[in-house]
Order: sequence, then structure tokens, then C-alpha cells
Amino acid sequence: MSQPEPTSGSSTSPPRVALFVTCLVDLFRPSVGFAAIKLLEDAGCIVEVPSQQVCCGQPAYNSGDTEAARRIAKQVIETFCEFDYVVGPSGSCMSMLRKDYPEMLKDDPAWSARADSLSQRSYELMSFLSDVLHVRVEGISYAGTVAYHDSCSGLRTLGIKAQPRQLLSDVAGLELRELQDAETCCGFGGTFCVKYPDISVKMVSDKVGNIDMSGADTVIGGDLGCLLNIAGRLKRLGKTTRVFHAAEVLAGMAKGPGIGEAEKT
Amino acid sequence: MSAQPQGFQQRAAQALSDENLQRSIGSLKGGFVAARARAVSALPEFEAMREAGRAIKDHTLDNLDYYLTRYEAEVVRRGGHVHWASDAQDACRIIRDICARVGAKTVTKGKSMVSEEIGLNDALEADGLEVIETDAGEYIVQLAKEAPSHIVMPTIHKTTSQIASLFHEHHRQYGFEHHVEDPAELIGQVRSVLRGKFFAADVGITGANFLVAETGSNVIVTNEGNGDLTSTLARVHIVTAGIEKVVPTLNDTSVLLRLLARSALGMDVTSYVTYSTGPRREGDLDGPEEYHVVLVDNGRTKMLEGAYRPMLRCIRCGACMNHCPVYLSVGGHAYGWVYPGPMGAVLTPMIAGHEKAQELPHACTLNGRCQQVCPVKIPLPDMLRHLRHDQWEEGFIRGKARWGIDAWAWLATRPKLYHAVTRTLVGIGALLGRSSGRFRRLPLASGWTTGRDMPAPQGTTFHAAWAKSKKQG
Repeated sequence: MSQPEPTSGSSTSPPRVALFVTCLVDLFRPSVGFAAIKLLEDAGCIVEVPSQQVCCGQPAYNSGDTEAARRIAKQVIETFCEFDYVVGPSGSCMSMLRKDYPEMLKDDPAWSARADSLSQRSYELMSFLSDVLHVRVEGISYAGTVAYHDSCSGLRTLGIKAQPRQLLSDVAGLELRELQDAETCCGFGGTFCVKYPDISVKMVSDKVGNIDMSGADTVIGGDLGCLLNIAGRLKRLGKTTRVFHAAEVLAGMAKGPGIGEAEKT
Repeated sequence: MSAQPQGFQQRAAQALSDENLQRSIGSLKGGFVAARARAVSALPEFEAMREAGRAIKDHTLDNLDYYLTRYEAEVVRRGGHVHWASDAQDACRIIRDICARVGAKTVTKGKSMVSEEIGLNDALEADGLEVIETDAGEYIVQLAKEAPSHIVMPTIHKTTSQIASLFHEHHRQYGFEHHVEDPAELIGQVRSVLRGKFFAADVGITGANFLVAETGSNVIVTNEGNGDLTSTLARVHIVTAGIEKVVPTLNDTSVLLRLLARSALGMDVTSYVTYSTGPRREGDLDGPEEYHVVLVDNGRTKMLEGAYRPMLRCIRCGACMNHCPVYLSVGGHAYGWVYPGPMGAVLTPMIAGHEKAQELPHACTLNGRCQQVCPVKIPLPDMLRHLRHDQWEEGFIRGKARWGIDAWAWLATRPKLYHAVTRTLVGIGALLGRSSGRFRRLPLASGWTTGRDMPAPQGTTFHAAWAKSKKQG
């Protein structure tokens, strides 16, 4: 991977980046976190992982418990205040930091400016690699026909659509296919998927239908929530379509089992 | 129709297994979504127009008292009457009184969502009036004794074959003996039946897409021309409208009309756009003898006060539901009242009360597509999240949903404990799931595993693995 173009001419020291791991990566797929670190370090960043971090607070925020979400937001702001950038492998979680924290703390004089500051330094991984670091992927290959799943928060809140496609276009052997209804939600929706399982399964079935129709043998995306949902449905239907987080593919770390696959013995 | 928004989950399950319904709403996805996209892409200034539409509506809502008063004065100046209704009952009473005073027997109606909201048909029929919906879609749901399932396309839930059977049953009395399935013939029957009703009507009731403060006009858009026949052929024209329908000027309607037709149906303009201003004047060739406007509040003033004011920008185009994956999965009747989809999930609890519509704000993935296509930029996901917040604060969210979030938030604010607990749970999960890489059944997450496998965790948490790799350096 090539070195980043300096974004502001004056600074020559490498940016100090904190990885926001996200709950789902922490719990289900640590390899995404390691892939993100590799991508950032290869791009010349100094990466740290503050151990005080937990969750962005979205489950509370979207359930209506705004007070708990504020408590968690303050904890996140405190944990990440020292870093040049905070980068996470999820459009959904990073939308919380970028868009929702400033909104939920705007009337709190002690925290409003700090929320704004964190917001401006927070990036989803694909967007950070592409928009801020201008990296070009080199020497990475993935043999497969890949459908990129646009997750809703990344797409609509953070405007992430071209960035992952551009990054993936430099992966050797990887052929991108566009999904029909690519901008339609997969039905994950946080707690929605367990509160309204029938509707959620209908939505993910539609998504899987479009994946099938695209002829892709692999689905990748930038949000593990969607990917667990899509992989879970694919596996239930007995399909062999593989599912990876985009970071794993871009870092050349999509060599082990995909999401929902057994360890090879 | 009375509000029955509770029971969403059950109605949704029924809808998902209703093959006719699934086929019918499937047509929205390919049809109207694509048509809107084409219409929008053909108009480079569409985004600027959305912003202009938002600004017109916000300005009006910020000065609603002024514009409503101005509107009333203009209607009165042109010989019309304005009635103020605080709620549904009040609105129905006003309209029943007018019908009684003029000795009405037959009432024709143009398509009006606010009349559905206030339950007008039931109220008038209880007085012994014959009420006929003249919009073809509304006519069909009236025959079927159903509620509209979409605010623009009331019968989107019905197949042609179902409509054919309905007509075969109800149109014999008009001499249509044979069962026909050809859409043109079916529409021909409606045209023929309604023709007589238009001429027989004593009172014609329409809604209003806009009310114009500077002229006292009401504006309706239709593609069938039924609104014009309703408002001009009856002796008395009654307009029912929510108080948020007023806009300052005729110019403002030109912006909003262009947004409306494109957002609703992907059309540049609807077939008919009708401005009605007051009763028939001397020398006019047609028009009603009396012109009444019933301005309905029904919870709107309360919305004006708080966080939900942007919802009052709504111009009832239906784009939010056409693009909503939940609506497209379950259709409009699952929402249990007259307003379905994202806009309905906000309006129903606001108008009918949280206690009657508790589920609706949660039946949404907050994917944001509705906001993206809303012609007046209503932040629908924020409104829905805010309703969840209000429900949380007012104690409507109870039991498992509340304790789950409470317990999780408690743990999430104790990082050390959180990491210890998750490390243990993930370790167990990884051990159990190692052989297949996934779970087919999980006792505590049956909602997930009824239709999906649950991918197993990789082995340990990221934080545990990271700490270990650091130590090994």
C-alpha cells in the first residue's frame, strides 16, 4: 500500500489514529479490527486502541433511552479526546460519533464543543482511507466476484458509496458486481432484527435474492451488523456465497473462514 | 375508521403470508420508485426545489396563525365560510350540520385523507346520508368496506382479479351482469356508476392539497377529474383540510405541486390541478351555491409546539412509504389506521396517542431512505427516534425491552467489567460454535434464529486478542 499524500501541507508527523473497534467486531470478528489496524498502519498512521472503549451507545439511543446514550457518548468523547483521528470499521457506529453526538449534546455547554471536536475527527474506515489518506491499494488480491453491500448509515448519513468501490477496484482478481436495489436496507436495523423478525427476514431474503441474481460469489460490506444478517440468511438457505468485511479483503486478510463459516480443519 | 394501530406485529405476520398482497405491493417497488427516480433525474434543480419546498413550509408553520387568519379573511371576502374544528368529532359535527341544514341526501367525496382521519363517512352514514367516494381507488375500498392502504394509491393492496369480483358483486344493480377482468372495462363501470352520483349529489366534499392564503383558494390534484366534478356539480362544496395545508401564495403552490407530482407518482404534473375559490359568482357557468372550509386541528397545534413540527411540512405524497422496506414488506393495513409507512408511524401516535400506536415508531430500521426522498425534507428517522424517546420517558417501554437496554447500558459504562464479561461469553460462544461456524438455534435470540443462522464468534474478543498481541509484542 502506498504512503498517503499529506492532507494538510504543514504536518509531516504521521497522524495518531485511535481505532474505534465497535461492539460487533469486538464480539464476533476481531479479524476486522486487525485488518483495520493493518490498513491504517500501512498507510502510515500510528494506531492505538484505547482499552476504555466499549460501545457508541446506539442501542440505547435508538431505543429511546437518550439519557443512557448521553452518558455513553461522554465516555467515548473522554476516551478519544487525545487523538488526531478516531476511525472505526462501521458506518453505523461512526455516524453516531459524527452526527448524533453533536445533536444529543448540543444543549450541554460542558460537552457540546467536545462532541463537535470528536465529530470532526471521526471517520468510517473506508472514508478515512479514501477521503483523508487518499490511499491506493497495492499488492492485494482476491479471486472472486464481489457484490458490495451499502449499509444505510454509511450510505446516507456519511455519504459512503464511491470510496469502498474505488479502494476495491485496485484489488487484483476482484470483480465488482452491483446489486439491484443496492440502496435498500438489508433488514438488520439493530434491535429491529429481533423485535420484528418476520419483517427483518423478509427484507434480508429480498437482499439475498438480489445477491443471487448478481452472480456474485462473495458479499462484502463496511458494517458487521448487516454482514451478520446477510451471512446468517445465506447460511440458513444453505448457500455457499462468502461474506467478508471490506477491511479484511483490502488488507489481504480474507483468507480464513468467512462470516458464519467453520474453521478449516 | 377508528384507530387500531396496536397489533402491528400480528397484522404484519398476516400480510407477509398473504400472496395477493405481496404481489400487489411488489408492483410499487419496480413501478413508482423507478418512475420517481426518472422524473427527479430529468429535473436537475430537484434538490434545490426540495429545499425551496422545505423553506415555504417552515416559513408558513412559523407564522401559521397569521396565514390561517389571512386565509380565512380571503375565503370570507369571496363569500365562503370557514369553520374551525378542534378535533375529529368537532369536524364531523360541523359537516353533519351543514348537510342537515341544506337537506342533503347524497354526498359525493373527492379523495381526502383528512376525511379518513376524522372518520367522516361513518358519521355521515349514521345520519342516513348516501356517501360515495369518487376517486376510483377510494370507491373500491369503500365497496370492500376497507381502509385505504396507501395515501395516494388506496387500493395498492388489491389485485385486479379481487377488484373484478367486488364489481361483479356490487355493479349488478347498475346493469353490469358479467364478470370482467379487463382494467379498462372495470374503470368504465366506475365511470358509468359515478356519473349518475355526481349529478345527484347535494353536497360535494373534497380535501385540499394546499390552501392559498393570498387568494383563499383550495387546490386539489387528481388524475381522474373526479375532484372537479365533486366540487362543481354539487350545490354545496365542503373542503376539509388540516390546518397545516395553508401556504402563503399561488407561487408557492407551483413549487410544491412540482415536488408533489414527481414524488408521488413520478409525473411532471398530475392530470388535473384545480384551484377553487369561493362559491359560484354572478355570471359563473358552474360552481357550488355554498362554499365551506372545515379547518381541522386534531392534534396539529400540539405538534407545532415541539420537536415534531417538521412533520407538519408533509404534503402527503407517499414517497416515504414507496421507499420504505417495511411498508413494502407488510403493506399499509398493518399500520392499523389511515396513515401508513414512515409518515404514518409518526402521525398516528401524534394524533391517536402513544398508547394506541406504541409499536409503530419501532417498526423501522432507521435506514433513512424516507428522509432522502421526502420532497420537503422531513427528518422522519429523527422523528421516529424522538417518539421512542418520548415513549421511554413516559414509561411506555417496559419489560424485556427496557431491562435489556438498562442492563446493557449499565455494563457499557463499566469498561473493565464489560470486557471481562464479554470475554467470557464470547469464549463460550466460540467454543460451542467452532465446529460449524454458526448457530442454527439460540435460546435467547430466537428472533434472530427463526429465519437466519447466527454466525459464531471467532474465538475471543478483539480487546482480549489485542492485549495478548501487545504483551507478546
